[in-house]
Amino acid sequence: MKLVNDAGELRKIARDLRVDILKMLAASGSGHTGGSLSAIDILTALYFGRMNHGPNIPKDADRDIFVLSKGHGAPALYAVLANCGYFDKSHLGTLRQLNSMLSGHPYSPSTPGVEVSTGSLGQGLSMANGIAMALRLDKRKGTVFCMMGDGETQEGQIWEAAMTASHQKLDNIVGILDNNGLQIDGWVRDVKGIEPIGDKWRAFGWDVIEIDGHDMPAILSGIDKAVAVKGKPCLIWAHTVKGKGVSFMENKASFHGLTPTQDELAKALVELSTT
Amino acid sequence: MQGVEKKSLRDTYGAILAEIGEKNPNVVVLDADLSSSTRTSIFASKFPDRFFNMGVAEQDMISTAAGLAAGGKIPFASTFAIFASGRAWEQVRQSVCLSNLNVKIAASHGGITVGEDGPSHQALEDIALMRVLPNMTVIVPCDANETAAATRKIASTYGPVYLRTSREKFPLIIGKDEEFHIGKGRILRHGSDVAIIACGIMTSKALDAAQKLEEEGISAGVVNMPTIKPLDKDLIIQMAATTGAIVTAEEHSITGGLGSAVAEVVCESEPVPVMRVGMKGKFGSSGKPDELMDYYGMSAASIVEAAHKAVALKNEPARNGRAR
Repeated sequence: MKLVNDAGELRKIARDLRVDILKMLAASGSGHTGGSLSAIDILTALYFGRMNHGPNIPKDADRDIFVLSKGHGAPALYAVLANCGYFDKSHLGTLRQLNSMLSGHPYSPSTPGVEVSTGSLGQGLSMANGIAMALRLDKRKGTVFCMMGDGETQEGQIWEAAMTASHQKLDNIVGILDNNGLQIDGWVRDVKGIEPIGDKWRAFGWDVIEIDGHDMPAILSGIDKAVAVKGKPCLIWAHTVKGKGVSFMENKASFHGLTPTQDELAKALVELSTT
Repeated sequence: MQGVEKKSLRDTYGAILAEIGEKNPNVVVLDADLSSSTRTSIFASKFPDRFFNMGVAEQDMISTAAGLAAGGKIPFASTFAIFASGRAWEQVRQSVCLSNLNVKIAASHGGITVGEDGPSHQALEDIALMRVLPNMTVIVPCDANETAAATRKIASTYGPVYLRTSREKFPLIIGKDEEFHIGKGRILRHGSDVAIIACGIMTSKALDAAQKLEEEGISAGVVNMPTIKPLDKDLIIQMAATTGAIVTAEEHSITGGLGSAVAEVVCESEPVPVMRVGMKGKFGSSGKPDELMDYYGMSAASIVEAAHKAVALKNEPARNGRAR
């Protein structure tokens, strides 16, 4: 795909993708709104600004690969994939319906562009490691990007995988922590605190790059720096806001698994049209 | 099976894995700190770049294997059966089976013949746990030769597989160069009064039991059924139809394993009495493998007893609602 390097242009794409996400979720009536909106700026930077990929080379051996370990952010991924041309945008209106190609969580057999199935939290980083190990054995130049939720790091398997990546000295994997601070039952710090999270990743042998996950230039330079790290894995620790871009959804745990009503959708679209 | 040569299934698995690795550079192997026990150490020493010791982290191992498969490799992931099927069950479901990835889970130390390590290490539920998963193939070889043939076959056949081997040496029953056919059982001995359908170590015990039954005037057939899923339904129906009484025998819980799988087929297609020999709703305990097999009712004598019951049930006068 032809990539965009201009942060302003990428911001506009992200805004349009937010519209797609909200329409998709309002139509389906179920799905995860908050975590899709917190992740979308980073996904936009990856898919439209940095990753070597495209629907014309879906199985290219040297492509970059993205794994959405926080699989409930599927609407964000679907909006990105549709706008990249992996499938027709009309499918977005079928999210979560019987016989739709868009399952509630990423399901690789049915959705073009989805590399592995995720949704059960904690397993994506291990799978991403496995893909990175295969790429290294084959001397391929692709990078594997794996996005995790902050609540997801409560899963023990994340830390098993973090150890594996550093032990194997995988420098072709980039972890991304979508640190929006909220999980289903409330603030992560109240449910089961994960701090000091940056220190934890460093202690597990990772380089850590801390960014504002909604600041497009910071995201782009964070990706560039992370890809350049040699001899060890790197985590982009992205501070994000759950529900980002829609004022009445921001920092609301209730919008983890809630979708907008038609009224809320209309209000949200007005807000987004003025940004 | 007195006087028959015994051979280790896990030794054979390790040797064949190394042989496959020689031929196919896409084969990679993972282990969870048990490579000396599962015998993946042979592959590890020959192909260190394609061997990944994942440490004591079975969940990570299975999902990593899934990633390697997504990246085009043919991963064999090995650990003890209890951890592969139990500890990592959800990873097997979500990371491997859901996307139908080409991961081979080759678990050693299945069943109660693990022995002295005791109930925490005796997998008596693994066949059941793996059998319920869509896309999964479940194989329990009866001896070392069948283990070799099955290992070669699954390496060249796409799809997730659970291959269960054991700690102990089992008597050799199958010919050295016989090909393995996934989803096919085989009649090892013909009989007309009752059919014993067995897998793993119980196949040799079934042959012993059939010999004993013959001495008592009961003609017992023996079927070796190494593939629990997909199951050889045609052969099971044929055995039910020709003998009218079935005994199943497995080194596993009678709930959910081979016995349940056979009973499902028989009930739906050719209803005859089915008696299941296996672990009866209990955990095991420490002890010597042979002692444990006898103590918990997984011996040739237990099969003989079950055969008597099955034949008696078959011969009961017809009651209301009973087919025979």
